[in-house]
Amino acid sequence: MKVSYNWLKKYLDLDMPAKDLAEKIERTAVEVDSVDVAEEGLKKLVVGHILSMTNHPDSDHLHICSVDVGEESPLQIVCGAPNVAADQKVIVALPGSRIGGNVKIKRSKMRGVESEGMICALDEIGFSKDVVPKEWADGIYVFDDSVPVGEPVYHYLGMDDPIIDLDVTPNRGDMLSILGTVHELAAIYDQKPDIQKPVVKEAADLNAADELKASADETLAKTYKLRVIKGVKVAPSPAWLQITLWNAGIRPINNVVDVTNYILLKYGQPLHSFDKDKIKGNVQVRLAKKGEQIKTLDEEDHDLSSEDIVIADSERPIAIAGVMGGYNTQIDDQTKAVALESAIFDSIRIRKTAQRHVLHSEASQRFERGINPDGVEDALNEAANMIQELAGGQITKGIVTASEYHPKLPTIFITAERTNHVLGTDLSLSDIQAIFDRLGFISQQADDGLNVTIPARRWDIHIEADLFEEIARIYGYDQLPATLPTGRQTIGTLTPAQKLDRATRHALEGLGLTQAISYSLTTATKAQLFLMRQSKLTKLLSPMTQDHSTLRMNLLSGLLDDVAYNHAHKVNDVALYEIGRVFYKDSDEQVRPDEVAHVAGVVTGNFTAASWNNHVHPVDFYDLKGIVNQLIENLGINGELSYTATDKYPEMHPGRTADISIHGHYVGFIGQVHPKVAKQFKIKETYAFELNLQTLIELPKSDDQYHPISKYPSVERDISFLVDHEVTNEQVVDLMKKRGGAYLHDIHLFDIYEGKNIPAGKKSMAYSLLYVNPRETLKDEVVTAAFEKIKKRLTDELNAEIR
Amino acid sequence: MSLRDKLTEIKQKGLADIDSAVDLKKLNEIRVHLLGKKGPITATLRGIKDLPVEERPEVGSYANKIRDAITQAVAAHREDLEDAALNKQLAAEKIDVTLPGKPVAQGQPHVIQQIIDEFVDLFLGMGYQVLQGPEVESDKYNFEMMNLPKNHPARDMQDTFYLSKEFLMRSQTSPMQARALEKHDFSKGPLKMISPGIVYRRDTDDPTHSHQFHQVEGLVIDRHVTMADLKGTLLTMAQKIFGDRFDIRLRPSYFPFTEPSVEVDITCFNCMGKGCDVCKHTGWIEVLGAGMVHPNVLEMAGVDSKVYGGFAFGVGPDRFAMLKYGVDDIRDFYLDDVRFLDQFDKRGN
Ligand SMILES: [Zn+2]
Repeated sequence: MKVSYNWLKKYLDLDMPAKDLAEKIERTAVEVDSVDVAEEGLKKLVVGHILSMTNHPDSDHLHICSVDVGEESPLQIVCGAPNVAADQKVIVALPGSRIGGNVKIKRSKMRGVESEGMICALDEIGFSKDVVPKEWADGIYVFDDSVPVGEPVYHYLGMDDPIIDLDVTPNRGDMLSILGTVHELAAIYDQKPDIQKPVVKEAADLNAADELKASADETLAKTYKLRVIKGVKVAPSPAWLQITLWNAGIRPINNVVDVTNYILLKYGQPLHSFDKDKIKGNVQVRLAKKGEQIKTLDEEDHDLSSEDIVIADSERPIAIAGVMGGYNTQIDDQTKAVALESAIFDSIRIRKTAQRHVLHSEASQRFERGINPDGVEDALNEAANMIQELAGGQITKGIVTASEYHPKLPTIFITAERTNHVLGTDLSLSDIQAIFDRLGFISQQADDGLNVTIPARRWDIHIEADLFEEIARIYGYDQLPATLPTGRQTIGTLTPAQKLDRATRHALEGLGLTQAISYSLTTATKAQLFLMRQSKLTKLLSPMTQDHSTLRMNLLSGLLDDVAYNHAHKVNDVALYEIGRVFYKDSDEQVRPDEVAHVAGVVTGNFTAASWNNHVHPVDFYDLKGIVNQLIENLGINGELSYTATDKYPEMHPGRTADISIHGHYVGFIGQVHPKVAKQFKIKETYAFELNLQTLIELPKSDDQYHPISKYPSVERDISFLVDHEVTNEQVVDLMKKRGGAYLHDIHLFDIYEGKNIPAGKKSMAYSLLYVNPRETLKDEVVTAAFEKIKKRLTDELNAEIR
Repeated sequence: MSLRDKLTEIKQKGLADIDSAVDLKKLNEIRVHLLGKKGPITATLRGIKDLPVEERPEVGSYANKIRDAITQAVAAHREDLEDAALNKQLAAEKIDVTLPGKPVAQGQPHVIQQIIDEFVDLFLGMGYQVLQGPEVESDKYNFEMMNLPKNHPARDMQDTFYLSKEFLMRSQTSPMQARALEKHDFSKGPLKMISPGIVYRRDTDDPTHSHQFHQVEGLVIDRHVTMADLKGTLLTMAQKIFGDRFDIRLRPSYFPFTEPSVEVDITCFNCMGKGCDVCKHTGWIEVLGAGMVHPNVLEMAGVDSKVYGGFAFGVGPDRFAMLKYGVDDIRDFYLDDVRFLDQFDKRGN
């Protein structure tokens, strides 16, 4: 809400700079978006009087004006505005002035004629076109005659008034009004505001009841009141009223509509004015009927929903209640009688209607946040008085009331002890009472506390906690001590699962992978790549874009997107991991998906940067396998880790992918991304793994155990042999373990070779075997016997040719 | 010339020879020559038998002294020669220490993870537990239990990704308040928890909005927890994470699940409070929302609000990271540009 500082000053004694006032509001009540003084940045704009005007010799629309600007001789100014005329008082930008948009005005020639400045339209000196009255929209602004010539224009346009734009929180609907803001400031500055209750000046011989009848469904409108003013003459509003409205961001229309908007700003009570003579029959507040339509004041047509509240006459809807009036009953130049509406409509329905029709008006905004039930009639009465003052006519006697609502004011009991218990303050009951006095809340001592009666204008306050907030903010949050919770002690530790999550991150980072965070919401296609189990898709009901419409069921597709982004930016070496959740659903009937923590990694390009002494090779399957091995080893999971070749993942290379299991539990996979998939993602040869982190965390862990290091020397024997190409390392190692004897401690593959000097279909493998006896020195013949046994078994079982 | 004088002469000449030896080979030759069986000392001592018996021991012992002196001189000179040789070798081995070291592979935690870990570590130290909740949340926990009944104006359906009428992508970490309150056994002590996680909003991604971001929720409930405790906790957090020079201030605000509710500002990172464009010349930057837990939230979770109460706060690590490092586009956090991520590698400070 844009609040005029000058308007506030009518009720309160305020003399601090507007910025200080805004700061105080921000620290005590609601946020302030901005403080603007419209004249700031403008220079040398004065009131000019057009003494005479002639046509420009070389133009059919330009005029040459002689303008008195209060100096010795008048200025000659060329003006092209269609509404310029002699004897007008206008805005003159003098030579050397600065107008809106930081434009400088200099003496210039317009089609050969000297122009000493410029006659300005409102939007040229910084006004938004949205607030410029229709009559000045296509031309220059003309002052009324009372404005002194030669004076700066700012004051006469309200441009010297600081406008404080409040960002009112949903609970403080009361501050969407000048009076509400005045009450708030009165509490902040401990003043008593001067607010007069309007006394309406009714005509003795005219009765409202004779003019109109109205009925209302009380569930739709708790309060619905009408007044009728007869014999009005519709005309533009006086300058002061226009200024008040445009400073609040509202376009002035005419002296009837402007009054309703003025009262809306002052009271926060939206009013609506109908041309009474256009209303056919009786007024009723009801829900729209199926198929009903209405054209609103902005000349848009709306198909009404049976959930919309409408004001209707006997034949048709004449307004969308609380949102916007109907075109069919609008005030126009010919209007003679005004039916003025002041009401409280159901806030939820208004909100939904405003959303449905995308019509968020000053009125709907206020109905949504609530209305002061005590102000409905005052607003109506003051509006009637003002219309009568500005547009003439007579106010008919009485109010046509269709429904009425006077809530019982809540009384809340509060003690100093509870207040201090919650706020951590040390306030006495009289300190607290003084705060309520400032807020204008009536409080009475009872027992050891206060009974506080909440005025109707603060409909946001219901419970003790609401009053604690009032006390805290008026007392001042800066005055609150800063302490730490005392009382019973607690121990803060990570759970074992959280520790393992950290360990996983630290391990992978130590192994050279950088953590990525990608989006959980992806496309339906990407969501179902790299699936580790059967799952249905989980889709959003109304996504913003198809790119983020479906919950991921894998982490890898996000990481591949990351790789693609890096490749697109000429970064070829990428090593990333991500820990995050994937979302599985066993059936379409299951609405809430299972959330499973996964960890995935991708590597592509060189693992370390090429350098003068670093001869790099592109990453391969075994680089990544080393990383996964180390990760799983670090997590200390019990049981044997095994890799089984698989071609079951359509997105993975069928010959370079393995399922990973630990002690027979499937935990994930590792391999090369299928070249076709890589091509789709626009990435180079990439290796990837994805593991079910939850399973890794849940699998039983082995504690670190101490084994004394053998004091006796170990014996190392190397063996090299030829086997068929198809024989796997696993086969060899399994055999060696099985047949290696009691002292075989470690098996290490140190060479593998195919090609030159090796028969086709064969490969050479070389292992180093380590024998240890923890209890005594190994005898050479014992090792030799064991070693020979392995040789024999290799020959017998794997057809190995020992070299 | 007496036998003794002869020996003295041998010694002097020998020491001079040792001194002038230029390498270990020469030195060895000299040593072998002087002390060997065919050497001058041995030869000279052959004349000892011509001496009177009583003089023999004295000359014998003199000869031994000379042997010792020569042995020592050889050892000393050997060490000098070895040192010289080593120094020569070291001089030849000189390298260019300014050449780059060998690259090693070292990954980084994501910058947002780093900030979350900082929060987690700080609050663990203050006795908080860390709780994690589902990212797919029910309407009940995300809204209703947070005192946002259906039709509440602050619950904008437009801002939330729904999966069904009942389930949605959580729009805040606050539902963890309700979940923690329901589970906690207050007879065992106060509830002190933080809950970091991903949240989702139905926003169009732009430099200041992301449909996915992070929050860290905090909650402390006990018999006597005050708003002053909230202020002190948040001040501690600001000073431990950003430094002792940072201050905070509270401003009134509105959240349905807290009353009183406050917005919390921290001293502007950019100008340290002097006022600049970043802080719109206020010297302060809004960083989080907080408040005293609304009695409705406690009651709905089965906690007696007349006995128990406390505070809650919610911080956005994305926003913290943006402020701390001057990142001006939130989308940068989710692109995983390696060049971006690798900048945040100074850990532990
Ligand atoms: Zn600043």
